[in-house]
Amino acid sequence: MTTNQLRYPDEELRHSPFHERMVALSARDSWSAWNGYKLANNFYDGEYEYFCIRNMCGTYDVSPMQKYEITGSDAERMLDRLVTRDITKLREDRVTYVVWCTDDGRVIDDGTIFKTGPQKYMLTCGSPCIAWFRKACFGYKDVDVKDVSDTIAGLAFQGPTSYSVLKAMGLDGVETLKPFGIMNFPFKETELMVSRTGFTGDLGYELWIDAEHALDLWDALYAAGEDYGIQPFGEEALNMARMEAGFIMPYMEFAEALKTVHFEHDQTPAELGLDWLVDFKKPRFNGRAALLKEKETGPKYTLCKLDIEGNKPAEGAEIYSDKDCANQIGYVTSAMWSPVVKASIALAMIETKHKDGDLWAEVYYYKELRPYKKVAKCTLQNKPFYAPPHAKKTPPDPF
Amino acid sequence: MQHFDTIIIGAGHNGLICASYLAKSGQKVLVLEASDRVGGLAASHEFHPGFKASIAQSINQFSSKIASDLNLASHGYTPGEAMATIGLSADGNNVSINGDTVTGVSDKDAASYKKYRKMMLKYSGVLKPFSLKTIPRIGNNSLAEMMLFGKMGLGLRMMGKEDMQEFMRMVTLPTRDLMDENFDSEVLKAALCWDGVAGSTNAPRSPNHSVLMMLYRMTGDHGGDHSLPSGGIESLVTALETAAESAGAEIRTSAAVKQITIDGDENGLKASGIELASGETFTADRVVSTADPKTTFFDLAGVDNLEIGFTNRVNRLNTNGYVAKLHLALSGLPEFNGLDQPDGRMIIAPEQDTIEFAWDDAKYGDAPENPVIEMVIPSLSDSSMAPDGQHVLSANVMYVPGNLNGGWTDEARQKLLDRVIDEIAKYAPSIRGQIVGSELLTPADIESNYGVTGGHWHHVEFSLHTMMMMRPTYEAAQYKTPISGLYLAGAGSHPGGGLMGGPGHNAAHEILK
Repeated sequence: MTTNQLRYPDEELRHSPFHERMVALSARDSWSAWNGYKLANNFYDGEYEYFCIRNMCGTYDVSPMQKYEITGSDAERMLDRLVTRDITKLREDRVTYVVWCTDDGRVIDDGTIFKTGPQKYMLTCGSPCIAWFRKACFGYKDVDVKDVSDTIAGLAFQGPTSYSVLKAMGLDGVETLKPFGIMNFPFKETELMVSRTGFTGDLGYELWIDAEHALDLWDALYAAGEDYGIQPFGEEALNMARMEAGFIMPYMEFAEALKTVHFEHDQTPAELGLDWLVDFKKPRFNGRAALLKEKETGPKYTLCKLDIEGNKPAEGAEIYSDKDCANQIGYVTSAMWSPVVKASIALAMIETKHKDGDLWAEVYYYKELRPYKKVAKCTLQNKPFYAPPHAKKTPPDPF
Repeated sequence: MQHFDTIIIGAGHNGLICASYLAKSGQKVLVLEASDRVGGLAASHEFHPGFKASIAQSINQFSSKIASDLNLASHGYTPGEAMATIGLSADGNNVSINGDTVTGVSDKDAASYKKYRKMMLKYSGVLKPFSLKTIPRIGNNSLAEMMLFGKMGLGLRMMGKEDMQEFMRMVTLPTRDLMDENFDSEVLKAALCWDGVAGSTNAPRSPNHSVLMMLYRMTGDHGGDHSLPSGGIESLVTALETAAESAGAEIRTSAAVKQITIDGDENGLKASGIELASGETFTADRVVSTADPKTTFFDLAGVDNLEIGFTNRVNRLNTNGYVAKLHLALSGLPEFNGLDQPDGRMIIAPEQDTIEFAWDDAKYGDAPENPVIEMVIPSLSDSSMAPDGQHVLSANVMYVPGNLNGGWTDEARQKLLDRVIDEIAKYAPSIRGQIVGSELLTPADIESNYGVTGGHWHHVEFSLHTMMMMRPTYEAAQYKTPISGLYLAGAGSHPGGGLMGGPGHNAAHEILK
């Protein structure tokens, strides 16, 4: 072996179907990894890209996300038992946000289920979950789960001008597409699936197409979006936008239950503030008995939205019930200075019995390499930090 | 629609025992049996005109407490005397084991055996009190449950430090190691380890639980020696049936259950009755299944009604049976070399390695080149099993895979039958001329004829991970299942398989708590 050869060639990150275009637009060449694919941290600057999402529109490559096609006459029953929400109510061409749990009611992952046909669904999630889905299929006669992660390209397209770009691209009828709706459009010799979904809290869509047509889609979108400020954005901008919207992120807010070692290091839906996703009217779903028991006593922790006094991002802060920081009652999972709220905001896991009392954060920060800390008062927020009315309007406002 | 307090699926011995206890306590009980007769694997059938046999061919741990609780004596059941276990030798120098006495071996082996037997009985005594008890689940135990665990530990400790140490060392040994430590005679070693491996996915060299299984079997009457009641196995089945009926239980045969009715609403799930294959339905406050766990949960309850982790744990249970059953209709009493009377339990396994190599063949999907065999002549204790002067030979043949490479074709079946008869004829040369009819049931046949997954005698393998509070798996090991109103009471539950009756007894006890 010569020294200029890769020692572990299989470990090289793969290129998503959009990579060729993204690499051309990357000023910083700053990448991390997601499910074995290159994922942009940013293209130029995370904060700049965040403002693109909030003021114009941007694209985020969700191709590395795991996508599973679930088909068969038992697909609905299998999914309905898998997730805590009532899937029998999901209509065709609609999307729903779901979580699925272990028998003990601990969250394995969250994701979205797209009903794309009478006996056909697409489930998307952050991490590979095929082993669990296979287990969930055991015992059903007619259900098949196929991993289509590598063959379907996905592009999140988010921001207030996104609707106008799609119109300019010629997607007639997209004005009628409601939040969590799906529409299909002929594109070249294939079909483009557009869902009105996203992870930014803003007006936005996700575009799904077979991998071979990914670059054609990119080109058509960027051509149409030129006058609407279209920009690619990376993980840093996404993380800011999702925090303002109050969305949870794996390995920030929750640890996937099948991967934790300690039995209390994962979370229940109620702990993550997702009890609204748990439908106890359903007699059967995985984790039901355990979650019902939890419901009687209440979750041990609750994920809270905090407005923290001052302007220092409270990353890694611990939460106390007293200003002297004697009684720790929780910890911050994500934090930032929110440009749109103009406040230091955070998501924090707080012992449920303390969450409505006094909350103090011990905030750690640096000034020119010197560490400092201060104790800041926190105010509990019950609504998402950012939920603009234009995000939900149908038809959306044109630009 | 008729309503019952309890519907019991399966009229095997556990179903009948459970029914008796519940009916005796005043419950209205219905027992549903898919086949046309009661008894399950202990039921007798005519395999050749005038000749009868049952899969279970001897008794070695039927609970005397159950026999007395249900007054089985008044229903015609008299436990048999212990019969000798005979390790056959082709040259007629057979080894006969009877109680603490063994003949046909060196004085040294005979003396060792006395000590060995005493030690084994002492160790099996530690396990004995727990057969007819529900073993509590792990975590959040009541005081009574903690005391049961305490009693178990205390039983071990009370043996004294040396015995306790020795018990802990020995209990997970391969049987072969235990035999080699104690004896020289290969025939003796092979015959003794039979009860540790019979009906299991284990051979003498397998680690972990064959010694434990031997000890388990020794908890029965006669220290685990085998016996046959004077009216045969059939007399036990009949006694259990009449005991259940006289207690008021209704028993229906040819009534295959299609599914357990499970109601679901915002209160969760509850078993509320059953639907028969005929379409007829019954409701009940609870349903007790003595079918094996896979049949119960997958076919009768449906995975829809169970959680994903649980379902997959049940699916991973080892339910592969490796015992074929041979029934021979004989024109007269067979003569075995060196044996006055074939009234013992005769084992063909010249060496422990014969057993081991038969297992080696089977684990890769082949029928054994040299099958190992356990035989009795049940017609000696129950003359109704064969016409006058004629006899039945009933044999367990190991190790025979249910899923044979190439499948169980007529040719494969005939080949195995020939091999087994050839093997028996080495010890009883004149037997060939006496055979007037035969039946060979592979584990696949036992599965389809008796509705037992994998044709496994014990429904679920006896392994450390599927014993006591883990049998068949946690969340279903205390006879209750995750579905409210659905109970298990079959061989797949503690204390498990064999003609013992523990699961039926213990499930009834849980229900009546």
